[in-house]
Amino acid sequence: MSPSATPTRRQIHPPPAPASLFPYHPGSLLSASDLTLPEISHILARATALENQDPLTRDRILAKRRVALLFYESSTRTRTSFELAAKGLGADTTLVSSLSSSIEKGETLKDTGLTLRALGAETIILRHNSSGAAWLLEAETRLPILNAGDGMHEHPTQALLDLRTILAHLDPATKARHPERDKGPVILSDRSAAQGVEGPASPAPTPPRIDQVTPETLSGVTVTIVGDILHSRVARSNMLLLPRLGARVLLCGPKELLPELAAQVGPGIEIERNFEAALRQSQVVMMLRIQAERLAGMQLDLEEYKANYQLTGPRLATQAPSAIVMHPGPIIRGLEVTAGVADGVQSVILEQVRNGVAIRMAVVERALLAANQQGARP
Amino acid sequence: MTALVIRGGHLIDPAAGVDGLKDILLKDGRVAEIAGPGKLKLTNGASGPDIQTIDATGLTVAPGLIDMHVHLREPGQGYKETIASGTAAAAAGGFTSVAAMPNTRPVNDSPEITRWMQAPEREAVVRVFPIAAATRGSKGEAINDFAALKSAGAVAVSDDGLPILKDSVMRETLAAAARVGLSVIQHAEDTRITHGSAWVASMNAGPTAFRLGLRGWPNEAESTIVERDIRLVQELRDARAHLHVAHISTAAALAAVRQARRNGLRVTCEVTPHHFLLTEEHVGLYSTNAKMCPPLRSAADRDAMLEAILDGVVDAIATDHAPHAVHEKEVEFENAPNGITGLETALGLSLRWLYNEGKLPLGRILSLLSAQPAALLNLKGRGTLTVGSFADVVVFDPKAEWTYNARQTRSKSRNTPFDGWAMQGKVRCTISEGRIAYVGG
Ligand SMILES: [Zn+2]
Repeated sequence: MSPSATPTRRQIHPPPAPASLFPYHPGSLLSASDLTLPEISHILARATALENQDPLTRDRILAKRRVALLFYESSTRTRTSFELAAKGLGADTTLVSSLSSSIEKGETLKDTGLTLRALGAETIILRHNSSGAAWLLEAETRLPILNAGDGMHEHPTQALLDLRTILAHLDPATKARHPERDKGPVILSDRSAAQGVEGPASPAPTPPRIDQVTPETLSGVTVTIVGDILHSRVARSNMLLLPRLGARVLLCGPKELLPELAAQVGPGIEIERNFEAALRQSQVVMMLRIQAERLAGMQLDLEEYKANYQLTGPRLATQAPSAIVMHPGPIIRGLEVTAGVADGVQSVILEQVRNGVAIRMAVVERALLAANQQGARP
Repeated sequence: MTALVIRGGHLIDPAAGVDGLKDILLKDGRVAEIAGPGKLKLTNGASGPDIQTIDATGLTVAPGLIDMHVHLREPGQGYKETIASGTAAAAAGGFTSVAAMPNTRPVNDSPEITRWMQAPEREAVVRVFPIAAATRGSKGEAINDFAALKSAGAVAVSDDGLPILKDSVMRETLAAAARVGLSVIQHAEDTRITHGSAWVASMNAGPTAFRLGLRGWPNEAESTIVERDIRLVQELRDARAHLHVAHISTAAALAAVRQARRNGLRVTCEVTPHHFLLTEEHVGLYSTNAKMCPPLRSAADRDAMLEAILDGVVDAIATDHAPHAVHEKEVEFENAPNGITGLETALGLSLRWLYNEGKLPLGRILSLLSAQPAALLNLKGRGTLTVGSFADVVVFDPKAEWTYNARQTRSKSRNTPFDGWAMQGKVRCTISEGRIAYVGG
């Protein structure tokens, strides 16, 4: 056979992976990347409207609708937040946790989901220790599923509440005066002056809310996510959400917790291993907890980690004096942040918690009203 | 015994160098006569009414296919597959011989189980050749009695599903197998890399695994074991040790095999259709039918598999047919068992992609699916259709296009990522030792 007739692989083009059908249900929220910008805007607007609505009329919106919380991992913050959100709209909630007998006896996620559906659950809020569990539950039940954290993968409502928190500190007037500015700060600066000395206990007057997001909404904003990126579903959801609104996401941490390929998750993501250098560029600093339970077998020197990556008062004051400090919780004071920073004037950690209830009201409402209007697709 | 005549077909027998219109007489489980169209003498006592005739006009006639890597799940896991159902699927896919891996329950590490698998009570419709465990319980510690296993019918040794990790045990396995003339088939995975204290890697390491929040199985976990094994074969050069790398999946491991061959070592490898066609992107959003071990790799690795098939470094196409019940795959991705079925799709995919798209000659593809695995496992009289060899035949229409429907599978399981895929080359008839094992539409 002549060399030119030798077959080559370049002639073979096996089919690419098919596009995903997820989410099947229009009310589901599985990944931060499932939402279009208009859908994000709608959720933000509904969060504000529901937050401001009279609780006595608000609790008729989902009166007697059935919401199941299925939690395979213990979680105080997320579970309580979802529960308060659903109850605030008048829904009945039921909690199935990993301590429930059927799960302990080894019932599969599929069977537990089908049982909850048969019991009348109209939506299931799932927290699970295995990445992708929410996709399995949706495929098997075809109910609207809200992903409240799956393994190391995603936590989309956390990214939405983080976005709402960031937007609350974005000064649209500043931005409007400097439409081309790219060096920041577009975040409201000098919170200490605005608030006096009381700190976060008495919030600043609420700045005008930005509810309509565009690909430029966060242009000029650098959000640095610091710490255990590898194991963090909060990091992944924020990495998928914030760059679509124009933010630059800087990842910061040691190689063991932040592999180089993390920057390939999507556009707008960069790695800066030097914490001080990252802080100097940041308008938002998002600190992550070291997930000791997932570190199994990994050698990590905590003293060295603190020396390099702990957010301390002096570090914050010298490198990022006008940035806001966020944390998805639970905080381990004295490890990733000092107590002084957690309680300090730049901290918006408790605002995040508050925003969580508002966002989750909007997301639960979306799940059940989408079910009403469109029903589950076959 | 009834005789069978296959008339009018185009015989392709790469081992014998035959590629042309031939009629074939099969008798007493053997090939009795081969002649040009209409020229059979039928002198071997086969006369009129005893002769059954298969009209193969317009069809290809070839040595029955040989899959050197399947999991038939018996003994122990009959709900996934039985030897009867697995061989029925094999026949539907054009296979007349399958080599069954020993990771059964219990592990096939004894002459008793090896014989049990071949007993007529198993109702196999094609030949089953057991591959026995290299070490007791496939635990990678104590080596089995290879001479006894060979005389019970084992055609190779392997701890498939697990690697033989310890250098000393692997060296001893290669040497002991060489003494009795068996190949050692290695599942190359450094489990010290792919298993954590509380997790097991579930897909290829890389950006996709990171994005999905799944633990990654890096290429080095395969290639370092292959490189280590090749060093041992080099050391045992005088003993003529034969290393066969199962389901090779990385460019680095292929490069090591290529180099070992240049150095004259007896190192061979097989590749699966899923590793030469699919990439890690096919995991999609946690599709458990795209979970197997080794995992689907990057596009660059997939392309390296195609390249190596075309340039001849790959010795065999094997399916790693690994049936699992529906409920076992309907779980969280990380908790799902590894493996997919493959017996019914190997020929259709190979013809669709390697022959139709890749323009690889049909004879080369059939050789990878019959003559070469027969040689690797030393299956005498198989993988060719010369007079006197076993009457193992596949008759197929190489041009027929069809769509695979997993619901119609003859396997007990249907865990395949190829459901709904376009196939080329429809099996019309599979004959195992002279008996018709499958007739297709
Ligand atoms: Zn294997």
